[in-house]
Amino acid sequence: MELPSGWQFYISSELLIKGIIMKAVLKNINLLHPGQKLNEKEIDILLVNGLISKIGNLTKVDSAGAEVFNLSGKYVVPGLFDMHVHLREPGREDEETVITGCNAAANGGYTGIACMPNTEPAIDSVEVVELIRKQASAHLVDVHIVGAATLGRKGEVISPMAELKDAGVVAFSDDGVAIKTAGILKRIFEYSKMFNIPIIEHCEDESLASGAMNEGVNSTMLGLPPIPSIAEDLIVIRDILVSEYTGGRIHIAHISTKKSIEFVREAKRKGLKVSAEVTPHHFTLTDDSVKTYDTNTKMSPPLRSQHDLDEICRGLQDGTIDCIASDHAPHSIEEKEAEFEHAPNGITGLETQVGLALTELFHKNILNLEKLIEKMAINPRKVLNIPVPKFEAGQIANFTILDIDEIWTVDLTKSKSKSINSPFDKRLLTGKAVAVINKGTMFYQDKYIML
Amino acid sequence: MSLSTKHLLGLQGVPKEDIQLILDTATTFREVLERPIKRVPTLQGKTIVNLFYENSTRTRISFELAEKRLSADSVNFAVSASSVSKGESFKDTMRNIEAMKVDMVVVRHFAAGAPLFLTKICDANVINAGDGIHEHPTQALLDMYSIREKLMKLKGLKVCIVGDISHSRVALSNIYGLKTMGADVSVCGPLTMIPRYIEELGVKVIYNIDEAIQENDVLNVLRIQLERKAREYFPSIREYAKYFGITEDRLEKNGKDILILHPGPINRGVELSSGVADGLNQIILRQVTNGVAVRMAVLYLLGTLN
Repeated sequence: MELPSGWQFYISSELLIKGIIMKAVLKNINLLHPGQKLNEKEIDILLVNGLISKIGNLTKVDSAGAEVFNLSGKYVVPGLFDMHVHLREPGREDEETVITGCNAAANGGYTGIACMPNTEPAIDSVEVVELIRKQASAHLVDVHIVGAATLGRKGEVISPMAELKDAGVVAFSDDGVAIKTAGILKRIFEYSKMFNIPIIEHCEDESLASGAMNEGVNSTMLGLPPIPSIAEDLIVIRDILVSEYTGGRIHIAHISTKKSIEFVREAKRKGLKVSAEVTPHHFTLTDDSVKTYDTNTKMSPPLRSQHDLDEICRGLQDGTIDCIASDHAPHSIEEKEAEFEHAPNGITGLETQVGLALTELFHKNILNLEKLIEKMAINPRKVLNIPVPKFEAGQIANFTILDIDEIWTVDLTKSKSKSINSPFDKRLLTGKAVAVINKGTMFYQDKYIML
Repeated sequence: MSLSTKHLLGLQGVPKEDIQLILDTATTFREVLERPIKRVPTLQGKTIVNLFYENSTRTRISFELAEKRLSADSVNFAVSASSVSKGESFKDTMRNIEAMKVDMVVVRHFAAGAPLFLTKICDANVINAGDGIHEHPTQALLDMYSIREKLMKLKGLKVCIVGDISHSRVALSNIYGLKTMGADVSVCGPLTMIPRYIEELGVKVIYNIDEAIQENDVLNVLRIQLERKAREYFPSIREYAKYFGITEDRLEKNGKDILILHPGPINRGVELSSGVADGLNQIILRQVTNGVAVRMAVLYLLGTLN
């Protein structure tokens, strides 16, 4: 039997294909979809040709000839979506490519990602958008694209937003840095308002952010140049004010400070068009982790203090923080094996995110499973105007299957990403993604299976 | 008696017993330095590399002399900062040096944490000769030695570090060392040059230099690094000298016998007036001599560990 053309890259990416299954039964699963208020225990799902055929009690006829996956006790949830990923293609294919990034996403439990525009060249033209879409087209992971807000992310000239939007861009950002001035930001909000597309902001005041770690007693003790938390707060409040003034939509990327969260909470209370995301490292670690000078604890924004982390948890609970996103930022070993001050910012996160969220938020009773799935699958899509997968017959099966209790140890040597710059190697986590299904393909037990 | 650590990366967390041992051992070597033949065979056959990623004349010469007086074989390796902004070459350089079978590395580096990084990639004993704005432990040890020599104690003394605390590795090492030895430590300088959370280290902050003189037994006056970034943190040299410079008038006005240290080189007329720099209160050149003895002690104690 001949494989469809799109399968070429699965083969070239050296991931084994187990085979092709026309009919599959996911047996004894718990079905959880907070968007549809679904919470069913111990039921079955029949998939035919990658579509949901039946949910509930299956008859013998239903499951005749089907491959049965016994997933007793596992949760089937809407495919998780990571709205903040750096794929590094084009430009730094030595660190990550669209395909390796998608493989890491699938391995980490994600069926959709949004990739950020700080590539080389930046995603500020239709050509670059098309290149990425082409690379990603056959993969089970849906790749959505965030375009640069300004040409070359330089903060000077607005990018061709209308064209980019028509090419499929879902948001605009100069991520890596904040949009340079309030003046250009105002214009960007005004222009983007025509398309109802959010502006994703990396909130950091350049004049205060030249340091290497969070300003606190640790930066003093370690002799590392400090970045004060107000570097973030100032841009968050600037952006909220400009967004309010223009009526544009603002999404705060990787929020990390107490004050910023308070500003967002207040803005939401006033009904402004503001949303926010947080990374797993900011709800898991504090700047205490920098004490080893491990460059895998260096990221932007930097790891903050315990009182910031506590506020992040409150923000997640009360809905101030809408989304959990990894800020997956692959870097080569050579670049990271440097003096702390010279090492680049960022860590990989696609494959540890589910484990960290379940361990740090669900098992520590910060969030229940419904709320967690909302922030990992539903809200990110809502922010980006992407349809949320539906659990009903006839729909494409877009699932993440979770084992919320499995205890496992992070082993970066098994990472599907091209880079392994993560501070979480050897960390013990509780809960992980067992499989993902999307676009007629399943990733399960380290293999792609066609459905 | 031996040290509890294989490396000297800083004074943070170094136990009192270790500091005591280094200072006591330095006393022995201080005596050697007064002999006509200032050399002992203690580290014969040991190879030490002085790896300097940043210009330094005083510290490097002090270490070199200490090494020679202990009969060690030493090699200088100076790398200009501009050619090594990448960590890869730091690692490669170190691997190369290690392949030449060295026993100890004295490292001065412009990045905080670089000596710790070295301990992870090589087996030699590492001595931090200053890393970024982090620590400079041998400088603090020689400061403590010099204070102890003059005032016969450290415990209970009131010591104020004056100047650019934010960009000083000397300040941080002094704070850790002096606190461990039971001294009462404060800092004084323009607020733009005092780290925001310094008080959490158990250090008092004084904004007024006269108050600092009145309240303390010792002033450790830091060099204002006019050639560096520090220059952006105060409006003018004149203003700095006027409000934070130590002058004879100021000492007289406060009518107090106070011990003055300075790690050198001095900006005369800025942090110290010439009169004070050469005056009766200071022990600046004493510090230089003691520096060799203290570094001999550190090299000896680490070099003879098993």
